[in-house]
This record gives sequence, C-alpha cells and structure tokens, in this order.
Amino acid sequence: MSLGFAILTALLAIGLLALIFGLVLGFAAVKFKVESDPLVEQIDQILPQTQCGQCGFPGCKPYAQSIADGDEINKCPPGGDATIKKLADLMGVEAKSLDSAHGVEEIKKVAYIREDECIGCTKCIQACPVDAILGAAKQMHTVITDECTGCDLCVDPCPVDCIDMLPLANSASSWRWDINAIPIKQIS
Amino acid sequence: MQNNFDDIIDKLDNNQLWDFPGGVFPAERKTLSNQTPIGNSPIPERLYVTTKQHIGVEGHLVVEVGQKVLKGQALTKSMNPFAVPIHAPTSGEIVAIQKHVSAHPSGLPEMTVEIRSDQQDKWIQLNPLVDYQNQPKMQVLAAICDAGISGMGGAGFPTHIKSSPKKDVDFLIINGIECEPYITSDDRLMREHAWQIRQGIDVLCHLLKPKHVLIGIENNKPEAIEAMQVACRENPNYRVCSIPTKYPAGGEKQLIQVLTNREVPAKGLPVDVGVIMHNVGTCFAIADAIFSGKPLIERVVTVTGEAVEKPGNVWAMIGSPVAHLLAHREYKKTAQSQPNVIMGGPMMGFSVISDLVPVVKTTNCILAPTDNEIAGNNEQACIRCSACADVCPASLLPQQLFWHAKAKELDKTQDYNLFDCIECGACAYVCPSEIPLVHYYRIAKSDIRIEQEEKQKSDKARDRFEKREIRLIAEQHARDEKHRLAAEARKLAMASNGNNSKDKIAAALARAKAKKQATNSLDDKQIEPVEIDAANKAEQTVKTEKSDTTTKAASSNQRVQAAIARAKAKKVAAEAGKEKEISQLELKDKVEVVTVEENKPEEKQLDTDDKVDTPPPVKTQVSTQTTISNETPAVAAPQNIEPTKADVKQAKIAAAVAKAKAKRQAQKIIDNKDRSNQPSPVNVDNTKTDSQVELAKTEEQQIEMKKRRIATAVAKAKAKKAAEKKMSKEDKPS
Ligand code: SF4
Ligand code: SF4
Ligand code: SF4
Ligand code: SF4
Repeated sequence: MSLGFAILTALLAIGLLALIFGLVLGFAAVKFKVESDPLVEQIDQILPQTQCGQCGFPGCKPYAQSIADGDEINKCPPGGDATIKKLADLMGVEAKSLDSAHGVEEIKKVAYIREDECIGCTKCIQACPVDAILGAAKQMHTVITDECTGCDLCVDPCPVDCIDMLPLANSASSWRWDINAIPIKQIS
Repeated sequence: MQNNFDDIIDKLDNNQLWDFPGGVFPAERKTLSNQTPIGNSPIPERLYVTTKQHIGVEGHLVVEVGQKVLKGQALTKSMNPFAVPIHAPTSGEIVAIQKHVSAHPSGLPEMTVEIRSDQQDKWIQLNPLVDYQNQPKMQVLAAICDAGISGMGGAGFPTHIKSSPKKDVDFLIINGIECEPYITSDDRLMREHAWQIRQGIDVLCHLLKPKHVLIGIENNKPEAIEAMQVACRENPNYRVCSIPTKYPAGGEKQLIQVLTNREVPAKGLPVDVGVIMHNVGTCFAIADAIFSGKPLIERVVTVTGEAVEKPGNVWAMIGSPVAHLLAHREYKKTAQSQPNVIMGGPMMGFSVISDLVPVVKTTNCILAPTDNEIAGNNEQACIRCSACADVCPASLLPQQLFWHAKAKELDKTQDYNLFDCIECGACAYVCPSEIPLVHYYRIAKSDIRIEQEEKQKSDKARDRFEKREIRLIAEQHARDEKHRLAAEARKLAMASNGNNSKDKIAAALARAKAKKQATNSLDDKQIEPVEIDAANKAEQTVKTEKSDTTTKAASSNQRVQAAIARAKAKKVAAEAGKEKEISQLELKDKVEVVTVEENKPEEKQLDTDDKVDTPPPVKTQVSTQTTISNETPAVAAPQNIEPTKADVKQAKIAAAVAKAKAKRQAQKIIDNKDRSNQPSPVNVDNTKTDSQVELAKTEEQQIEMKKRRIATAVAKAKAKKAAEKKMSKEDKPS
C-alpha cells in the first residue's frame, strides 16, 4: 500500500515537472521565435549578390534558401571558387569545383552604355536587378558604375545592342600585389 | 597600462630607454652617401607632378594645359580636409594633364600635371606668416595645408590633420631615426639645417602644446645628434635622444615604445597614447612654409647604390623623373645585369617600373644597387626555424602568417593579426630559406582589402535588390488597386445613370446623324479614321496596362529561365567546336527565346487580340512558314543609314522594331517546332520574313478596319432606333 502510494506520488511529481517544463519550453519557443532562418542569412552573406540568376534562381537569396534546403553549392559562377570554399566551410561539406553548366568564373565587369547610340527605350532599366541604370523614356541612359554588379542582364534586352560589358579598370588602390612584381630585396 | 608622464621623464633624465621586441642589424651602407653635403640638381626639362601624393583625396585642378605657371604656384586647390594641394616646382608651361606612371609599386598611371620648365625658375609672390604666434591656430594650419605639406617620412598623411588632434598631447616626437640602410637624407638635413628644423618644431609646439618634445636620432649619426642638440639648446623642453641602432627603430610604434614604453593599440593612432610623431623633413617643410611662405616643392633625396658613380644627397624638385636624378649622379647601367632601380630603401622600397617615375613628397631614396648588393630570388620551403618570429618588432608569428597567406586563408591571417604587420621586412631579412615573406603579406593585405570592398559592394547590391523588389511589389499593388477602383467606378456609373446616359448618347448620336446627312460623302471618310484612332488608343492603353501587370509578376521567373538558357547556350557553344555554324544558330535561337520570353506578356496580349478581332491569318501563315531570321536587324538596318546622326538613330529605331518583329516571328516558329518536336530545316532569309510580317500586318489591319466599320454601323443603327423610339415617346405626351 505504502509502496504503491510512493510510486504514485513519484510518478505524479515527475509528471507535474514534465508538464511545467513542457509549458515553459513551449512558451519560450513562441516567445523567442527566430524570425528568419539564420542559415539562409549566413549563406546570403557569402553569395556575391550579383543577382544574375546564373545559378537558376531569381537572385542570390532564393539560391541561398535552396542551398539551405540541400542544393549543390557550386552553381554560382560570379562567386567562383572562393565563394564555393566559404560555402563548403559553412555547410560542412566538401568543396567542389564550379558546375560549368551554370557558366564560368570571369573577371569582374561592369556594363557600359554607348550613350550616343542609346534610343532611350528603358528596357535595360527594367532588366537591371539593382537599379544601376539611370535614364528616362526617349532620353539617353547611363550605368552607375559603382552600383553595377556586372550581372549581364541588361545586355540582351537592349534593342540596339549598345551595352557593352567592360572589365573593371584597375587603379592603384584596387591593385593586387603580385608576387613577381617586386623582387625580394636583401642586403648580403 | 600607460606609463606615467613623470616616470618617463625621470627615466629619460637618467639616459635610460626602453626597447622593442625583435629587430635586426642589416649592413648600414650609409657612408656611401652621407659624406658629401646636399647637392643641387639641375632643373629637369620636364616635371611630372602627381596630383595625389598623400593619403586622402586629390585636390581640384586649378590650371589648364598651355597655361604658364610660376615656381610655387598652386596647381590644385584643397576642397576637402583630406586634400593637400600640389605646386609647380619651377616656372614653365603646362604641357599636359594626363595619366602618367606613378610612384607606386604597381606603377599604375595616375593623374599628373606635366610641366616643361623654362629654366628661369621664377618664383611666385610668397606670403610668409612670420608672426604665427599671434595668429589663430586655424590660420597656421591653413598655411601648412596650403603649402601642400604631408608626412615626408613614410605614409604621407596630411600634416595639418595630424597637427590638430582632438586629444591632449604629452609628447611630440620628432623622428630622425632613419633606420633603413642606405638612406641618409634626414641625416644630412639635420646636419645642415638643424636650425630650420627647430623652427618647424616651434611651430608644431604652438599648434599641439605638447608637454615635452623628444627628438629621436639613432646613435650612428653623431653629427646629426650634435647639430640638433646645439639647435635646441635654448629650449629646455626639447630633448634630443640618442637611440640604439636597430632596425626598425624608426617605425612609428617602435619609436614610441622605445621612448615612452607606451604601446599604440592595434587599430589605434599614436595620439591615443598621447603622442604625435612628425618626421624631421616635415618639420623643415613647415618652417619653410611659415617663415618664407614656400610651398613643399622640393625635398632631399638620397641617390645611392654601387651602380651610381657619385652617390649622395640632392635637393630634388617634386616631380623630377628618376632618370634625371640618376643621370645627374652618373648611374652606370652596365653595373647591373638588368636595370633595377628601387624607390625607398632596400627593406621597404619597391622597384620602379619605368625611369620616368617621378619623385613624390614621400620619396626619400633612389637606390641603384649592383647585383652583388642584392640577393637573388631563390625561395625555398620554410624549415620552421622560427627565426622570423624572433625578429618581428610587432611580436607576430611571421611563419604562421606566411602559411595562411600562401594558402589564401585570409580570415586566419587576420586571426594572426596580419594588419599589425608594419611590413618592415625584418622577417624576410633573417629567413634562411629566403622567402619573400613581406610580399606574401602585402598580397594578403591587398586581397583582404579588396574582399572587404567587395563585401561592402555586395551588401549595397543586396540592399538595392531588396528595395527594388519591395518597390515593384508596391507598384503592382497600387496598380491593382487602381484598376479595381476604376472598374468599380465604371460599374457604379453604369448602374446609377444607365437610362439617363443612354438617352443622352442617343440624342447626341441623332444630332450627329442629322449633321452627317447634311454633309456629303467626303466627310464620311474624314470621320472614320478619327474613330479608328480613338479605338486604337483605347486598345493600346489596355494593352500596356495588361502587359505591365504581367511583366512584373513574371519577371523573376523569366530571369531564371533566361539565365539558364544563357548558361546552356554557353555550354553548347563551348562543346560544339566542329558544328560551329549549327551550334551558333542554336545559340541564337535560344537567346532569342530568352529575349522573346521577356516580351511574352505582350505577345499573349497580341494573341488574344488576334482572337478577338481577326481570324488568325498571322498564325496560320507563320505555322506554315519554316524559315527563320537570323540576323535580321543587323542586315536590314544599314540600308537606311545616312551619315547624319538623326538618320542613324532613325535607322536604329527601325532596326530595333525589325528585330522585335523578327524575334516574335522566330518565337512562333520555335513554339511550333517545340510542339511538333521535329527539327525543321533552318533557312536564313531576311526579306522573306520581313515581307511576311508586313503582309500579315496589313491583312490584320484591313480586317480590323472592316470590323470596326461594321461595329460603328451597328452602333449607328442602334442609335437610330433608340432615337426613333425616343422621338415617338416625346411625341406622345405632347
Ligand atoms: S549565380 Fe551567384 S550571383 Fe548570380 S544570382 Fe545566383 S547566387 Fe547570385
Ligand atoms: S547595369 Fe546591367 S550589368 Fe549592371 S547590374 Fe544592371 S543589369 Fe546588371
Ligand atoms: S614584416 Fe611584419 S611580420 Fe615581418 S618582421 Fe616586420 S612586422 Fe613582423
Ligand atoms: S625564418 Fe623563414 S624558414 Fe624560418 S620559420 Fe620563418 S619563414 Fe620559415
């Protein structure tokens, strides 16, 4: 009798505790809910934000979402190997080489509108994912070089083919040191 | 813990100093150039004055090509606190303002004012500020800035900014260490112009109000120490300190540590520990600017190395090409197996890529070594001897830094404090494997900087992208809302005054009819086009509205498809080397699919239009048609092109229209092909396609016209009936 009672109280006590903790946890889950998936944010931080769609998604964020859902990490040509490496580190998977079905890594370029040929059709403005083109209907258009991500999306819609993708000019401040440019100097 | 000011003074009184970790003792080689007084060099034929010679931004050019300038005339104007002007080093004419090879390791061209000297060396009117002590500080700082003075020791930081700190200054340290081998420009300057340097220090004291002034000079320059001691004798607050010779004692952080035992925080500035440091050359230039009003247009440059016949120091005009100074000092090309001129010292300098590289405000040495003075480049594997770590003055782990820098593990190099490396080269100097360690660090540093810049850019791009999405969605909502409201309003209007308006319209039509009957049949022709025009317009607006809404919704989808198609096209192009022509055609096809797909909403609209107004002549025609236009616009355009611009534009617009038409046509053909899934023979024919389109269009138009005429006729008949009814109604009651 007393043994049965002891077991019963023990069970009740544990059951009560379980209930309390369950409620606390449930409340915490609702109260401290994380708004968006931090993994997606982290992946999006790594992607180059060119917004070119070469990965097969309408922008970098959707691709980030897809990677978080288990997609391959080697579909972003603008990011190239550096991005793949970082993604591999983040996701804890093996780094692969770039999937050439999506394109190849190229040197950074920006769009340039040959302004005297522009007919002011505004098609490029509609295509630009980052609003890097300035212009109005029947007026000359131009690209804000600093804002252009080099995504290439404005080139095709141009009916007079006046948009070129030009390599970004090198300046002394953006120059990379080259191991062979400066021979080592030592005094014997 | 920061050392107490009084403790430091006590210790200095006892001639005791601190030490910094590491350091090396390379051969000094200073006697090569410090035995003779500073010489003058002839005025060069041409001077190349780079517009930006300091850290910050360049000033605004205030001269133009062809203008005659006098010695000391400002070439740029400072519009920004971080801009320092430049001045004409001699009188002459400006022959060019263009990019010229720069005094930077990259040698990348930078904006440069090129002056052809007239050999007159005629000064502009100078405005000294001799009574600077009675002038407001701002005035003195402005005079320093206008004289174009920036740090002459190393980095070239604008002096007027360094001289107006926000914090209290315990020590003003004057750096006369000059620890790098070969260089003796500061040494000679102190020996010969100690008085003027002291005057410059006086000016700085007036601006900074330091508690104490320390002048640090390495003990391998006894003559310089003596000269400075004599010059500073009258001021008890100035103390000349003889520092043990050890490379790199002249590093800013190292010298502060030696003199005050205070450590500058990793990302901090010397002023954070109550210290401001200026180079002796800068002090000299300040004195020049204040007491004689001369801007910084020349400096002492050591021209040395065993490949130079007469090594020594010279007053070199800023902008003198390296070749001019070398020629003056009799540089022997033959002493070198390959031309090699280093700007700066052997430890921290860089090889110039052209002998037209100009002297800038920070150039202290031009070194032309013979082959046996400089070790070759035979890098071997790191043997993990840790000799580099022992000599690093910043207490870093050069070996780890090197591993990670070489492996491009940039975040790990930062974990090892790469940015605390002062690039002194001590580690590379002792490395038994002759690894050019500093160059790996420089590469890693520039990579990191570029990566950070890219990160900033990509953050901005993300921001813009997201804002754009939000804007598009908002616009879409606004449009939907507007349409809804408009539709409701229309319905309401219809419901509320249905009968009333019907009556009015009927009356109006009856009036019109009466008028029409009065006029002859010519009028008939006039009215009709107007009506058609109106109808057209209405249709167009509907079209654009509709396509707008669909475009936005479908845009992201299309973009994906476009990108995929492009990638595929690229792949195809890469693979098919043999069947080049075919693959190219395919590529074109695909690209065209892509672009046309973007126009799809419009097209759908077109299709529906067809269904509404016309039996589908266009469609049937196209489906029987198997030709495809390949380069329609490009071929069609040149026919119309005339030399004038307007015509060119016209032609382009025409070409664009033709291209769009061809695209549409091609799209339909492709659609057909896809449906039947049978590759149809490809046949390039421009004119045919064009005429086909033309034909289809005219037919379509004709049919539309007819339809409209029928519609108007029906309307007229109805109106007639209504009018008649009304008439009879009106008749009855009266
Ligand atoms: S390919 Fe890369 S840069 Fe382009 S949209 Fe996809 S993730 Fe962004
Ligand atoms: S300007 Fe052209 S290439 Fe540059 S971001 Fe916009 S669409 Fe892309
Ligand atoms: S170059 Fe950098 S790592 Fe090498 S000794 Fe100097 S401070 Fe240390
Ligand atoms: S001194 Fe050279 S060999 Fe020795 S540990 Fe450093 S990098 Fe390696």
